[in-house]
Amino acid sequence: MLSFIIKRVGQSILVLLITGLVAFSMFTFVGDPIDNMLGQERTMEDVERLRQQLGLDQPFIVQYYRFLEQAVQGNFGVSYRQGRPVAEILLERAPATLELAAVSGIFAIVLGIALGVFTAIRRDGVAANLIMSASLIGVSLPTFLIGILLIYLFSVELGWLPSFGRGETVKIGGWSTGFLTESGLKALILPSITLGLYQMTLIMRLVRSEMLEVLRQDYIRFAKARGLSDRVINFRHALKNTMVPVITVIGLQLGSIIAFAIITETVFQWPGVGLLFINAIQFVDIPVMAAYLMLISVMFVGINLLVDILYAFIDPRLRVAA
Amino acid sequence: MTLLSVENLRVTFPSDHGPVEVVRGLSFTLGRERLGIVGESGSGKSMTGRAVMGLVAPPGRVTADRLEFEGRDLRSLPEREFRALRGPRMSMVLQDPRYSLNPVIRIGAQIEEALAVHGNLTAKDRRTRMLDALNAVRIDDPERVARLYPHEVSGGMGQRVMIAMMVVLEPALMIADEPTSALDVSVRGQVLDILDDLVKRRGMGLMLISHDLNMVARWCDRILVMYRGEVVEELGAGALHQAQHPYTRGLIASLPRLDETRDRLPVLDRSLL
Repeated sequence: MLSFIIKRVGQSILVLLITGLVAFSMFTFVGDPIDNMLGQERTMEDVERLRQQLGLDQPFIVQYYRFLEQAVQGNFGVSYRQGRPVAEILLERAPATLELAAVSGIFAIVLGIALGVFTAIRRDGVAANLIMSASLIGVSLPTFLIGILLIYLFSVELGWLPSFGRGETVKIGGWSTGFLTESGLKALILPSITLGLYQMTLIMRLVRSEMLEVLRQDYIRFAKARGLSDRVINFRHALKNTMVPVITVIGLQLGSIIAFAIITETVFQWPGVGLLFINAIQFVDIPVMAAYLMLISVMFVGINLLVDILYAFIDPRLRVAA
Repeated sequence: MTLLSVENLRVTFPSDHGPVEVVRGLSFTLGRERLGIVGESGSGKSMTGRAVMGLVAPPGRVTADRLEFEGRDLRSLPEREFRALRGPRMSMVLQDPRYSLNPVIRIGAQIEEALAVHGNLTAKDRRTRMLDALNAVRIDDPERVARLYPHEVSGGMGQRVMIAMMVVLEPALMIADEPTSALDVSVRGQVLDILDDLVKRRGMGLMLISHDLNMVARWCDRILVMYRGEVVEELGAGALHQAQHPYTRGLIASLPRLDETRDRLPVLDRSLL
């Protein structure tokens, strides 16, 4: 088990080094930041001075090494646009994104598993079929459209919920939270549904099909032959066996909830890292883009590592194989 | 004493070409004895077992003129009461322990859970009963085996664990659906021995479903030979050589013998049936 974890951590580091290289090559290959930072009226001296100041005159390898060295310490340089350290900007924006991702993740997992189990057990019921048809909408409609539809219905027509922003936030240490105010909680509802709907329907459909598969197994028939109740059979015997593939997908989807928050944050003007990233692209603010890329890859890699370790806890057969 | 009496049992499944009867008018009675049901794949022997247990899943349909277990009519029994019978009164073991034991639950916990559902024993009593059941199927080190997961035991031990899961509730009727087909010849005898012991010592009734004509003939008190959903022959123990029906005779003829003199074994000729 320990050697398995060490091996996986090693692989994770390798993946991060490679994404680091990609993130870093943006500095060299995507436009010239100097053009953006200095206006039309600049002198050659200004250009040279800034180039040296930012370390852009160094060879590629040296720049890459420096970048890694700094990145490991959480230093991603200075935003070209705002002139402030990128780490500082990211930290300021991260709570908004993480809270949004957490709420929509929980929404997707809890509702997805519950509905998946329900539609599997009552596979021929009217309600289950309605849910399955409705889930097609969640899978096929693009996120931004769902967001706009929700805004139209709940903000414009009904006026129940805010259409943009986080509402009032409370600062606790360096963390600004929207969980503690009514307007903050209200503001979370629509973006969370928008962001989580796709994942929710995906998890639901997966749980359903896995569950149907498991319910056909001999050990379910044997459990019935021993007179166990439906509740025990469905939730103790069947659900746990469906969890390995479901957790894989949940792990990947949690990563993409954070990554795809970009669209939702744009639709709802949510002041998180996704919106920051969009603004950074418009301005070719490479340090911000690189840091964002690194941040997302760290999250993906971290979550996948966690998922692999979780497998072994859920399925004892994998402990031996590992 | 009669445990189970079945008259004109029929199991029907719908298909694209109209309903298909997989069990066609089966009748038998079972006391505290070993009844063997033999037949080829698709002869309806497993479906008979499932029908008795009330485990034929829709869209399959079970009808019978009589289906009585311990004097209770199973045909009109509500699912709730039927479930209370399954486990404590009648139980079933399946062919392959690799698929019939839940891979993510420890063996001890899997044995105990039936006790939790069907009785109100304390956790300590449940544990004692669980260890007793493992002992009853001749597992030497029940404490250790109880902590294992199903994939950590051999096929023979898995089959014994499955029998223990059944025995722990002490049912009156056991249905063993191909209990030895997935096992090595060497552990087969052991498993049969244990089943035999349960019938004799605890007075259980056993329905042994198998395709192994020789084994069933050697080991059961009575044999039903099934073909295409019907009983074609009923034989007493050791009376296999007296079989009359061409299907049974054809099967027996196709078995190799120790003192074999034939160059080619005859193949079952279905045109005679």
